[in-house]
Amino acid sequence: MHPAFSVIFLTTLIGVGQGLFLAIFTGQSYSAVELLPTEDSVQFYATGSMLALVFLFAGLIASLFHLGHPERAWRAATKWRTSWLSREVIALPVLMFLIFVYSLMHYFEWDTMLFTSKTGARLQLTLVIGMLGVIATFALFLCTGMIYAAIKFLQEWASPLTVINYLLLGTASGFILATAFSSYTAPGLVKFYGVWATIITLSALITRSAALIRNARIKHKSSIQTAIGVRHNQIQQKSMGFMGGSVNTRDFFHHKTRLFMKSIKWIFILLTFFLPLLFLWFGIEQANSNTLIMAFIIQYLGLIAERWFFFAQANHPQNIYYQTI
Amino acid sequence: MTQLALIIDLNVCVGCHACVTSCKEWNTSGAAGTMCDDNPYGQDPTGTFFNRVQTYEVGQFPYTETVHFPKSCLHCEEPPCVPVCPTGASYKREKDGIVLVDYDKCIGCRYCSWACPYGVREIDEHEKVMKKCTLCVDRIYDESLPEAERKPACVLACPTSARLFGDVHDPQSEVSVTIREEGGYALMPEWGTKPSNHYLPRRKTRMHIHEDELVRADNPLKKEQREHAEPIDATTLDDSTSW
Repeated sequence: MHPAFSVIFLTTLIGVGQGLFLAIFTGQSYSAVELLPTEDSVQFYATGSMLALVFLFAGLIASLFHLGHPERAWRAATKWRTSWLSREVIALPVLMFLIFVYSLMHYFEWDTMLFTSKTGARLQLTLVIGMLGVIATFALFLCTGMIYAAIKFLQEWASPLTVINYLLLGTASGFILATAFSSYTAPGLVKFYGVWATIITLSALITRSAALIRNARIKHKSSIQTAIGVRHNQIQQKSMGFMGGSVNTRDFFHHKTRLFMKSIKWIFILLTFFLPLLFLWFGIEQANSNTLIMAFIIQYLGLIAERWFFFAQANHPQNIYYQTI
Repeated sequence: MTQLALIIDLNVCVGCHACVTSCKEWNTSGAAGTMCDDNPYGQDPTGTFFNRVQTYEVGQFPYTETVHFPKSCLHCEEPPCVPVCPTGASYKREKDGIVLVDYDKCIGCRYCSWACPYGVREIDEHEKVMKKCTLCVDRIYDESLPEAERKPACVLACPTSARLFGDVHDPQSEVSVTIREEGGYALMPEWGTKPSNHYLPRRKTRMHIHEDELVRADNPLKKEQREHAEPIDATTLDDSTSW
């Protein structure tokens, strides 16, 4: 497929936003059962979730650049019964609304205690709203992943690994950002987030590698024989029917060399997984916020490369019909 | 239920592209607006086409065969492009099974073109909506046209009658009989899209001449031992069979 930067930015930016919200909420839920100290409502929970909202909003704006008619985008919410894209279009604003409410309640400290157990565990109203946000976050990850995994003839995408990778890569970037964010606002949580960011990044490394191995061994079901229905081992296209380009030649192929593809693969593996973990380690050891910010930025750049590769690697069967001018 | 479709006979198609030009001409002049056509006579021409004729070479010299292969929307019975559309702009008509795009609802997200394995959906780069073959829906029901002309433009333009148009759900229709009797097949059956358009394979007409047929092996004079000028001693087919 031809990687569209609007979609690359959409998926990576909302991934950061979703991951950051999960991280902020994890912090609050740990403090509710007194595993972590409660942080400042305005400075940490409200600001952190608002930052997540900014990323989600930026992703939403990026997605509009992909549309031919953004003014009709509201129509995209209508076919949620059949289309994962439509479901995503619903899940994203729902999540943004819940995060907005969560952030607002923390900012104005509109919180009520719903329940306190004998052991000291507390259930606050913000936790309930946050929990709904977590459900919406996972729903959004599922929708985003399924948009790609549901197209069965794009065999590189049609796998549960696609959904798992969207979930883990987005969450990893969100937790690294949370580590950097907490170094400014809640230094006590830096290690907590740092450890989780490392665990999630390493899990993502495993599942993304699994997807790479799967795709390297993939056997494509469609061939030139099934495409034109002639049973012969040697079939060559002599003409695609036109000499200029068309949507078919532009939209479904990356038009880069094999060397470029191979380099991008190693670049994204380095930038998404190994370098950020190194920076994360140094940042936590030296308590240096700038290093932690660097870890996030490097991983985000890595994720852009990862997403580019994700699109470019998918081999659309329609390309069989466009082998030669 | 009706399912309108095209049958394309690869045995007959000569690759003249008349269907391509007539398709573009009819559909760019319709009420739905023009199909974009940039630099048609310049460098890098590009534009929207619903139908294209491609050419393939089967085999290796000297045993080669040229196959001209027209490709347009196959109006699948299980169209993968329809359920993925987030707005419902892409739909399959109950009435006649034609897969259409509502240009006023389409947001131009291109997801349906990703979801079509045949690559027959194209975004119109000027109008920014997805376009595809309509089976000339604005023509086949037009009662102001003589009945013989209520067919898709490509079918009428084909000089060799390589294209048939009709209802593939009616078992006695010309197209259904042709699919059954001439070995009509669907493209990329592996994805379960059940294309309605069918292709007819290349068919060879061969004449077999048996050696016996070159001389009169069943000459009755042979039985009467009044042999032919050039006797045939070997057992002939007529000697070993009886009917």
